[in-house]
Amino acid sequence: MADLRINLAGIPAPNPFWLASAPPTNTGYQVQRAFEAGWGGAVWKTLGDPIINTSSRFAAVHFNGQRVAGFNNIELITDRPLEVNLKEIYETKKRFPNHALVVSLMVEPKREKWHEIVKRVEAVGVDGLELNFGCPHGMAERGMGSASGQQPDLVEKQTMWAKEAAQTPVIVKLTPNITDITVVARHAVMGGADAISLINTINSLAGVDIHTWNTVPHVGGKGAHGGYCGPAVKPIALSMVAECAKDRAIGVPISGIGGISSWQDAVEFMLMGASGVQICTAAMHHGFRIVEEMIDGLNNYLDEKGIASVMELTGQAVSRYSTWGELDLNYRVVARINDETCIACNKCHIACEDTSHQCIDMLTDEGGRRYLKVREEDCVGCNLCSIVCPVDGAIDMVEVSGGQASMSWNEMQQAIVRANAGDDTASTTGKEAV
Amino acid sequence: MDHERTTMRLTREAFAANFAETEQGLTRRSAMEESNRCLYCYDAPCIKACPTGINVPSFIKRIATDNLKGAAAAIMDANPVGASCSRVCPTEELCEGACVLNDASEPIRIGLLQRYATDWAINGGATLFQAGVSNGRRTAVIGGGPAGLSAARELARSGFAVTVFEAKPLAGGLDTYGIVSFRLPQHVSLWEVEQVRKLGVDIRTGVSVGSDIAVSELIEQYDAVVLAVGMGQVPSLGIEGEALEGVYDAIRFVEATKTGELPLPLKGARVAVIGAGNTAIDAATCSVRLGADNVKMVYRRTKDEMTAYAFEYEFAKRDGVEFSWLTAPVRIVGNADGKVTHLECVRMALTGDVGKDGRALTMPVEGSEFLLPVDAVILAIGQSRRLELIEQLGITHNRGVVIVDEETRRTSHPMIYAAGDVAFGAGQGEAMVVSAAEQGKRAARAIERHFAAKPRSEAI
Ligand SMILES: Cc1cc2nc3c(=O)[nH]c(=O)nc-3n(C[C@H](O)[C@H](O)[C@H](O)COP(=O)(O)OP(=O)(O)OC[C@H]3O[C@@H](n4cnc5c(N)ncnc54)[C@H](O)[C@@H]3O)c2cc1C
Ligand SMILES: Cc1cc2nc3c(=O)[nH]c(=O)nc-3n(C[C@H](O)[C@H](O)[C@H](O)COP(=O)(O)O)c2cc1C
Ligand code: SF4
Repeated sequence: MADLRINLAGIPAPNPFWLASAPPTNTGYQVQRAFEAGWGGAVWKTLGDPIINTSSRFAAVHFNGQRVAGFNNIELITDRPLEVNLKEIYETKKRFPNHALVVSLMVEPKREKWHEIVKRVEAVGVDGLELNFGCPHGMAERGMGSASGQQPDLVEKQTMWAKEAAQTPVIVKLTPNITDITVVARHAVMGGADAISLINTINSLAGVDIHTWNTVPHVGGKGAHGGYCGPAVKPIALSMVAECAKDRAIGVPISGIGGISSWQDAVEFMLMGASGVQICTAAMHHGFRIVEEMIDGLNNYLDEKGIASVMELTGQAVSRYSTWGELDLNYRVVARINDETCIACNKCHIACEDTSHQCIDMLTDEGGRRYLKVREEDCVGCNLCSIVCPVDGAIDMVEVSGGQASMSWNEMQQAIVRANAGDDTASTTGKEAV
Repeated sequence: MDHERTTMRLTREAFAANFAETEQGLTRRSAMEESNRCLYCYDAPCIKACPTGINVPSFIKRIATDNLKGAAAAIMDANPVGASCSRVCPTEELCEGACVLNDASEPIRIGLLQRYATDWAINGGATLFQAGVSNGRRTAVIGGGPAGLSAARELARSGFAVTVFEAKPLAGGLDTYGIVSFRLPQHVSLWEVEQVRKLGVDIRTGVSVGSDIAVSELIEQYDAVVLAVGMGQVPSLGIEGEALEGVYDAIRFVEATKTGELPLPLKGARVAVIGAGNTAIDAATCSVRLGADNVKMVYRRTKDEMTAYAFEYEFAKRDGVEFSWLTAPVRIVGNADGKVTHLECVRMALTGDVGKDGRALTMPVEGSEFLLPVDAVILAIGQSRRLELIEQLGITHNRGVVIVDEETRRTSHPMIYAAGDVAFGAGQGEAMVVSAAEQGKRAARAIERHFAAKPRSEAI
């Protein structure tokens, strides 16, 4: 049994699985049920000046028979009075002293507002605060949420204000609705953030009903953009986490969020730099008990790998997430089709023929049996055939050595610079490589 | 006697091929497809439909997330013979029958997924459980079948020292000796035995309680006893000719196909199986696989009264087994060498009345006797009771069916508990591997509760 405990910027938790600030953490009843079910921590549904929510709030994107590939919402922050939330937070913390209880906050970008809410929340006893600069809808129209989260200076300033009053660790939650998330992350750190969490939801419109022409979801015939989350956003979230983990100027612990629905997803986020993860959609889809399968899977994985503590995972794969310019241009893989396993659906052939490099031949042997073969010399190793192949082990992408030493684009540019030493144009080319 | 035939034995190779497991396990791809189809219902009906209460959605989610160890552990935790059960449970009547997808599309193939996960554990040699910290108590389990193994496993996990006494050379009960190999290969059952043994349980095979070791000895030396001896051989039909060569007891007949003995010489034979329960069907399909030319099931009632499961019936029909309904055996006829040549039968007719058990009553049609030329007759009309042992133990029973409290499995003797087929019948329980497993668990729980309530005095 591996040690699943984590410590995120000074906030300890019995395991890395926390509920993200969202409907699952709306009330004390829910958070306590979640802790009973095994969740290691919870970020309370964002507190602020109470708002009014619309009826009809969520929509999902189903993909080929699988429900909830992506999830979309137009819900705002808590619609319950602050006093009620504070009372329940107090009771929850008292009942579960060893679980991580973090409270998400969002107020107008005013110093006194931040001071006031931080003090009131910390007074009931919490393990940390999360500043919600991410909500992309509704709150943004009021100059909060992602509207302030998209302005690096506002993020920095508000973080500073919160930090001025805070005694507990402050996590800044980032919006992905921005060109370069590391810019905002750096400003959060300049403002004094103890940790960052990402991602909040991505601007989205789940769909249009092609018969009524209403948006999905709609509120009495009108819709507005919502926030997208769930399995579909995982690759976006993962790359943003990795970008932040790589950035030395950021350097604070990361709470990874976005599309995590299994223990494997959690492991990926941790390998890419997260110290723990937050989950919303998977809990909304399956209930709190889903954490049992996550804990069991993570535990067996760590045991099997001989890893004593889950914290050893954090950041292990970050150094492998490099930049395009550092990739070895002489590295080569080619597709190889395993005749024994191939079920002859021919999907690889047509994918390569129509949309890649026309190098999978459909052949017939002497016995009249049809088979597929890759012309390896023409294969560029794009992976497309193995992606469309429906059978495990039917197409392997195998490394082939071209006999050449490794050479990245950056190295190539430097070599050109050296070769052309003295040449006027060389230095400009060299710069482009960085 | 132009009807007589010379029947032969199959070659070893043909025998092995015919008795190899019929159903293929799932491939990884089909396991992935199937597990991802499961809805992960809350308060799922499949859990309730499983007598051992396996958390089906949980183990399936673990398969879907490549956590096969976790899946196997979830299964085996609830059911110590969960690998055998994945193959022999009548899932249509249990978990799969309860799946909410029955009406929406197709039920999840829970049995096959369960097999996929437990096969992984068998092939990978995973250790799933460990013994509990010793509590100094000693328990004896009589009988190493599913019920006994289940009780032993649970008791060992909660810190009891456990000794299993098993009369046969191998433990596993009917899983090892009674259920046809083409549905349950012996190695699966023996793996389950091994899992129990690895918890430190002392499994003494070849020891028959009542003859090799006295009942009184057990009662003196152990703090609690679990009686899990199942049922006995097929009882006599009470007709002429049962001792002829070529007449078999269905249980022994199936056993002979599982113990590595020479295959019985049924190649080319005409076989009559008397009875229409699951055991009768197993004997019939085994006969087909031993090379019999023609296999007839002879049953005095109709298809509607047959006790075999529907899937068993379908399986036999696919094997080419014929059914003679409303036909009762009168006597078995042999030749001068003492070999079976015919089964004399009489036609039966429905009286139109219904008996106490709710089944239609039948009566012989006068003058309808006829001779069925056969080379072998297999008797499969239920199993006898282990009356002698039960009487030695001095516990209350109803014609050999040990009477227990349903929840605690306690017998009339305060330190003797009973689980499995030994307490099946007379309106009590069901003769299934999975119910035997659950009852073994319950007996263990009751023993745990009993001793937790009264801690040992030696601490003073
Ligand atoms: C042919 C056949 C097919 C079946 N098919 C199925 C099926 O497909 N699915 C299903 O769910 N169920 C099936 N069953 C029923 C199932 O096998 C039983 O319900 C189950 O095995 C009962 O378990 P048990 O532990 O009570 O008894 P058993 O499995 O009978 O085990 C009892 C054990 O006690 C031992 N024993 C007996 N007396 C003594 C003694 N005096 N001292 C020491 N040891 C002793 C025996 O040797 C045996 O190993 C089948 C049964 C038969 C006969
Ligand atoms: C209905 C809904 C409401 C949400 N409300 C909040 C909120 O109040 N505060 C917040 O910080 N994030 C909120 N989120 C975003 C989640 O906390 C989380 O960042 C996002 O859903 C991505 O994680 P997931 O893919 O696991 O769902 C909400 C998400 C959903 C689906
Ligand atoms: S097997 Fe069927 S009933 Fe059971 S959890 Fe899955 S979908 Fe629900």
